[in-house]
Amino acid sequence: MKKCYINGTGCVSAQKTVDTAFLEEIVINDTHNVLELALPNYKDFISPVAARRMAKGVKNGIVASAKAIQEAGVQYFDAIITGTGMGCSVDSEKFLKALLDNNEEFLTPTSFIQSTHNTVGAQIALGLQCKAYNFTYVNGAVSFESALIDAKMQLEDEDAHTVLVGGIEESAENTLEFLKMSGAIKATSDVPYKVLGSDTPGVVFSEGATFFVLADTQQETTYAQLTDVAIYNLLEPDEVAAKLKAFLKNNNLTVNDLDAVVLGFNGDVNYDSYYTTLANTLFNTTPQVYYKHLSGEFNTASAFGLWVASNVIKLQHIPQAIKVNNLDRPQYKNILLYNQYRGQDHSFTLISKC
Amino acid sequence: MSKGVAITGMGIISAIGNTVQENYNALIQGKTGITPIENIATVHKVTVGEIKQTNQQLAESLGLPADNNYSRTAMLGVIAVKQAVEDAGITNINEYATGLISATSVGGMDMTERFFYDYFESDENHRYIHAHDAGDMSQKMAEHLGLKGMVTTISTACSSAANAIMLGARLIKSGRLDRVIVGGTDALSKFTINGFKTLMIFSDTYNTPFDNDRKGLNLGEAAAYLVLESDAVVKAQNKKVLAYVSGYGNANDAFHQTASSENGDGAYLAMQKAFKVSGLEPADIDYINAHGTATPNNDLSEGRALIRAFGNTVPDFSSTKPFTGHTLAAAAAIEAVYSVLALQNNIVYPNLNFKTPMEEFAIVPQTVLKEKEINHVLSNSFGFGGNCSTLLFSKS
Repeated sequence: MKKCYINGTGCVSAQKTVDTAFLEEIVINDTHNVLELALPNYKDFISPVAARRMAKGVKNGIVASAKAIQEAGVQYFDAIITGTGMGCSVDSEKFLKALLDNNEEFLTPTSFIQSTHNTVGAQIALGLQCKAYNFTYVNGAVSFESALIDAKMQLEDEDAHTVLVGGIEESAENTLEFLKMSGAIKATSDVPYKVLGSDTPGVVFSEGATFFVLADTQQETTYAQLTDVAIYNLLEPDEVAAKLKAFLKNNNLTVNDLDAVVLGFNGDVNYDSYYTTLANTLFNTTPQVYYKHLSGEFNTASAFGLWVASNVIKLQHIPQAIKVNNLDRPQYKNILLYNQYRGQDHSFTLISKC
Repeated sequence: MSKGVAITGMGIISAIGNTVQENYNALIQGKTGITPIENIATVHKVTVGEIKQTNQQLAESLGLPADNNYSRTAMLGVIAVKQAVEDAGITNINEYATGLISATSVGGMDMTERFFYDYFESDENHRYIHAHDAGDMSQKMAEHLGLKGMVTTISTACSSAANAIMLGARLIKSGRLDRVIVGGTDALSKFTINGFKTLMIFSDTYNTPFDNDRKGLNLGEAAAYLVLESDAVVKAQNKKVLAYVSGYGNANDAFHQTASSENGDGAYLAMQKAFKVSGLEPADIDYINAHGTATPNNDLSEGRALIRAFGNTVPDFSSTKPFTGHTLAAAAAIEAVYSVLALQNNIVYPNLNFKTPMEEFAIVPQTVLKEKEINHVLSNSFGFGGNCSTLLFSKS
């Protein structure tokens, strides 16, 4: 069975993650319940004519994928696989508003044809003229991990040699309002917001695009090996530790072999116990990392988490700003990521130094 | 050589029936499900493949409480997935490593479009906010089945369910799962009705696939699921195999966000890949269940791709969309059920409403019900974003 390597990454997020060294200029915002993106210079990647029709999710996806492709130095892909929980929300809302406001009359098709969840994957394929396999996964917080599983399976089974994988989320005006109404986004009265030790429900929300070039061969730009990924629709708090041990055992590892864990803490007091329980027991001697205070929460925030973990392995260093505890290791070889959202869509992702 | 991945159960709800048997009866009797729309308040006079049950009736049949937050898409999905699991005789869903791979394109849009402004006025319907996500339907289906494991959702527009079936087959073939339930669900919505209307590919009457004077599609709603099981499970439980998923291929047309390329490059590539996976030759195919949406663009592009793939001897082909309408993300799932029924009953379904051959090529669909030995069926599905998928089904 072939192995799966992370050979290039690209990330558009609430932090300056395009054209900067890893987390060198971070901003911690504790007053906004929706984090705005640090926008890249789109002109460097997309012609202004083409960009005019594109929603921000498509543009961010194109920029993040272009960075990953550039870094890996790859031209041809055997598969393009994306994950997005909410899909192209901006164009969906635009078409829906026009439909409702004009009582189903005088509509134009542009926003409708760009509203399908697979628009980003399709636009990237169109740009690269890539006629290969093209899939889009849309299952909440495991949308990105589903794409990873698919990519890894193709590489291992030798159906593909090089795969472009990404997670994209864009927030749209009304959808954000709905999430505030439902309590999914923290109330404005709860400022200042914090991710660790929060005592309020809901999350600080955001959006972003993170892409990876995965391949079956190692090269100079390789960050790490993507060793394993697993998803579970539902786990009770007391089931996680056993599942995790079984997942590690499947990879001939134990908790002691982990040099760091990247936990999806998002500051929702109702669900962060999934992480704190592990942090205080199984992982109490393991360096712990968190990242959603930088990226915000969204369905594919875990792709930002993988970008963080990949960089930790590549640089062999955990920046202070993402440390949960003060533990260090002389070497970062195996890193495990654990994420869930509101008790659903749990994922374990394991990466290893090559 | 293995015949492929075993299909051991099927479930379906569509405009032509609430069960597999009802769907089959309508297909062989040539009974269309295309009728004027009733369940959605739209200003447009449209004919659609609509399931003639209100949301309340669907909720009651599922025993859901009055304050449930199920979108119509979710309810249709639960109905079909429960049928499939029952048909496969599964009593202990987590006995084997079992997954659920679903597909949807509209997700909970039917509720979002209803309450989009209402949400600001009152919190009465806020429970539907989290029912918008595509993943919500799959969670609800898994919950009804008591399934705990790998659950994910695919959305590649109108080819979605074909990709769900493909992924499921790959997960079994590579030994990652023992059993996986695959398919798709999509309800009608104002959103899609108006969307296709703006694209001017909407038929005001009845869709006429592969006809020279075709005007466009009728939308439909449906859900269908298949249970796929590994050879080991089939053997251990002495399961009856309905048919096999013997091949699959996915390719991107990389031509235009919505239009298909003139020569059907993506479709051709998808069919080639499916042949390669299955080890079958074009000459082995006895029936093609075409995508055949009856839009000018699709049928020309698909027809040309068929000629490229099969040469001058294109096997019997038909589109079943005149029966059901185009059910978007569910289309490939219901057509998978129809493909299995074609194999089981040695039947080619008629392509209803066909009158005039297309001027661009000589191939014409099968227009009357035909009985003949059928060993292998090819089913195509294509979607926005250039997504092209082909599935091959073979007799058990």
